[in-house]
Amino acid sequence: MGNRASGLHVRIRQVAPIPIDADLRCGPGEVLALVGPSGSGKSTILRCIAGLHAPADGRITCGSEVWFDGEAGVRRSAGMRRVGLVFQSYALFPHLTALDNVREGMDDPDAASARGAARALLARVNLSGLEHRLPRQLSAGQQQRVAMARALARDPAVLLLDEPFSAVDRVTREKLYGELAGLRRDLNMPVILVTHDLDEAVMLADAMTLVSHGRTLQYGTPLEVMHRPVSAEVARLVGLRNVFAGSILAHDRQRGSTFVAWEGHRLEVALRDRIPIGTRVSWAVPSSGVLLMARDRPAGPLDNLIEARVGRLVHLGDQVRVVAWVDNEVSRPMSLAVPRHLAERYALAEGASLRLRLRGDAIHLMPGE
Amino acid sequence: MDWPALLLSLELAGATIAVLLPAGIWLGRALAWRQFRGKALVESLLALPLILPPTVLGFYLLVAMGGASGLGRAYSAMTGRTLTFSFEGLLVASVVFNVPFAVQPIQRAFEAVAPEVREAALVCGMSRWRLLRRIEIPLAWPGILSAAVLMFAHTLGEFGVVLMVGGNIPGETRTIAIAIYDRVQAFDTGAAGVMSAILLFVSLGAITLSYLTASRFGGLRRG
Repeated sequence: MGNRASGLHVRIRQVAPIPIDADLRCGPGEVLALVGPSGSGKSTILRCIAGLHAPADGRITCGSEVWFDGEAGVRRSAGMRRVGLVFQSYALFPHLTALDNVREGMDDPDAASARGAARALLARVNLSGLEHRLPRQLSAGQQQRVAMARALARDPAVLLLDEPFSAVDRVTREKLYGELAGLRRDLNMPVILVTHDLDEAVMLADAMTLVSHGRTLQYGTPLEVMHRPVSAEVARLVGLRNVFAGSILAHDRQRGSTFVAWEGHRLEVALRDRIPIGTRVSWAVPSSGVLLMARDRPAGPLDNLIEARVGRLVHLGDQVRVVAWVDNEVSRPMSLAVPRHLAERYALAEGASLRLRLRGDAIHLMPGE
Repeated sequence: MDWPALLLSLELAGATIAVLLPAGIWLGRALAWRQFRGKALVESLLALPLILPPTVLGFYLLVAMGGASGLGRAYSAMTGRTLTFSFEGLLVASVVFNVPFAVQPIQRAFEAVAPEVREAALVCGMSRWRLLRRIEIPLAWPGILSAAVLMFAHTLGEFGVVLMVGGNIPGETRTIAIAIYDRVQAFDTGAAGVMSAILLFVSLGAITLSYLTASRFGGLRRG
């Protein structure tokens, strides 16, 4: 089955039917989350890896095997690639029992040992006793487990999971997360998990690649990508609401600060003296870096005080999501999350003026758009 | 009651199914999943026997199989017999007028198989033969059975084409539909009635079997 030591390397380029410009890599035993909004091309990338779609150009290698090479004309069929694929819809064979579904995933389903091996795989995904049920007699979570067992049946060189948790309820999903986390300890192949859920990526993946409009935008650990986005586009994709444009005003190495000009404000952020003065930058601050400030309290180091007016209040359980218009300008909305009791203490109401504290150490600088 | 005519009809229906069903599976599957230029024209040609008047179809088949045609001459040279007014000629005609009944239900059935189920089978590394045998045919089974039942019932009942191509030769080309006509012409309404009733019940039984199987397998297909 080839040398798995160097993992999976994927480079895909195509213009139609949907534009793809993707580079990704995934080591043996590593779980790589492919994260992006719906329609971003994640599933197409997965189909290219599985051999169900041939891109216009690129190269896909797994260990020492070349699965696809646009220039050299190499195009190995899906069956010859030895991938395990869990489809979003699971795509179980509806007329076959759970046991036979898993058996059909094996190299030799008719071998004497196949039934026993399929039983063992079903036991591994906690489905003992349900071997003879048809897919329609199983719950969505059980179907997902059958699909997982079938994907593992060939001892695949790569395991591909296409939004495998999207069709199950929350309780089942939590349970399946735990099962996958347990299962992956024994998996020594690259695992690619397609998801649009960042939390899922944080929980299950060692690394993630962010995809948008068919392009891979950033690779890193999930927390790295979420906290250190490389561009304003990535920042928005990982859910940062407060992304703005400014320019570098000055560096003060003694204070350990860099100053950013933004809409007449002078924001003090942690020192980034490699960025030349005058450079246009994008800056982002997570909601957690924007705090309400009592007017009588003095500002601390790297605190940036900003006057704003409450534009919108949304009550979400114990939290109140506040959109404040900085300098009373609708074009400068700043999002922050305030605990409900604090919102009550500050008597937050739409139209009320408030002072915000932007924590300079939470402000992240990126190249300008 | 003309038992030889009923037997001949059953033989003709069986032979038609034996010839046309494998071809129908191949054609229906190809039409379901392949896109090619001129597909609409091919589909129209295959559906043509549905709307063509039986006498018109019969006339063209008579010309195509007659002694003056290449096919007719080749058959005569090989067997020393004429293709028209023979059981074999009737079988050729029966295959032609049954094409839409064979292809269309099978095509619809293959179209209804979820593409990702086939893709899952490909990813599993199944050979084409195993994919067809283990996945595609079992899932398209209701359509295949429908096609067989429709072919059977249609062959038993076809009159115009059979009369044009085969005439009314007892034991050779006289099918039960022709026999009913023959009995009515001879004012033997008793025999015509018995044979009509047999045809009615055989057809009803076949259609019922098709519906029953389709509903049973329908549940499986929905997974």
